[in-house]
Amino acid sequence: MIARIEIIRRPEIADPEGVTVVRALHDLGFNEVIRARFDRVITLEVSGSSTEAVKAKVNEMCRQLLANPVLEDFRVVIGE
Amino acid sequence: MNRIAVVVFPGTNCEQDTVRSLRSLGAEAELVWHRQDRLDDFDGVVLPGGFAHGDYLRTGAIARLSPVMGPLTEMARHGRPVLGICNGFQILCEAGLLPGALIANAGLAFICRWVEVEVISERSMLTSLLHPGQILKIPLNSYKGNYVDPGRSGRVVMRYVDDPNGSQDQAAAVSNQEGNVVGVMPHPERGSDELLGSSDGLALLESFLAASRVGAGV
Repeated sequence: MIARIEIIRRPEIADPEGVTVVRALHDLGFNEVIRARFDRVITLEVSGSSTEAVKAKVNEMCRQLLANPVLEDFRVVIGE
Repeated sequence: MNRIAVVVFPGTNCEQDTVRSLRSLGAEAELVWHRQDRLDDFDGVVLPGGFAHGDYLRTGAIARLSPVMGPLTEMARHGRPVLGICNGFQILCEAGLLPGALIANAGLAFICRWVEVEVISERSMLTSLLHPGQILKIPLNSYKGNYVDPGRSGRVVMRYVDDPNGSQDQAAAVSNQEGNVVGVMPHPERGSDELLGSSDGLALLESFLAASRVGAGV
């Protein structure tokens, strides 16, 4: 199974990359941009047949390693 | 004589400067590979700067899983002094031995220059021989040096005089509540000789060594 993990930066944490990209987009004339947030996507190929069981495992992986709870939330989507 | 372990991960690059500085102060400092799972004979530990495991995933995220982190955590729990410098600070945060995390500098620049830091509290093993208000000149050398601690549970023991990187409360060094685990973003070992431009960092390393001699946090 494929687990797609979105590591989402918490809104209260400063995002220097996001701020810089907003400024660059404004320089290009895209003044409608209000905010940019730099999230990350990690794709795992995982063995297992139960979607629920795989999702529970991947959630645990996020808690233990893949996301930093100080900075980030995460969302896991299991596909084929 | 006090024995200090200076831990080397793949990608660590400040270990020799750290060992040299500690030895210049009379300590018996030794390099310890990160796969080692015992630190029985050591009185204190330093995690030096660099890019452990290439900073893959997040700075410090892989390093905190190394075997050496088990006995290091035990030493921290027993009040022994544990110092993280730069990348070592990031590792201690990832390991949960210090609160908070370090993100990219506010200006997105890699900063490599001398900075002035002010001692806020002498109640940590890194600052015990100094006094609040004292200003030290030591080099800063980091990209992810921007400290955030939403829970504000760490104690800022030194702050930047100017704000180079956006750190919360201009924190340059943070300790746990007990004061025996400290992370410092600028490099005391690089400000360890007048030939380099300053020897102010030695006072910090001397404090660390004093704590390792008494064997407990202050």
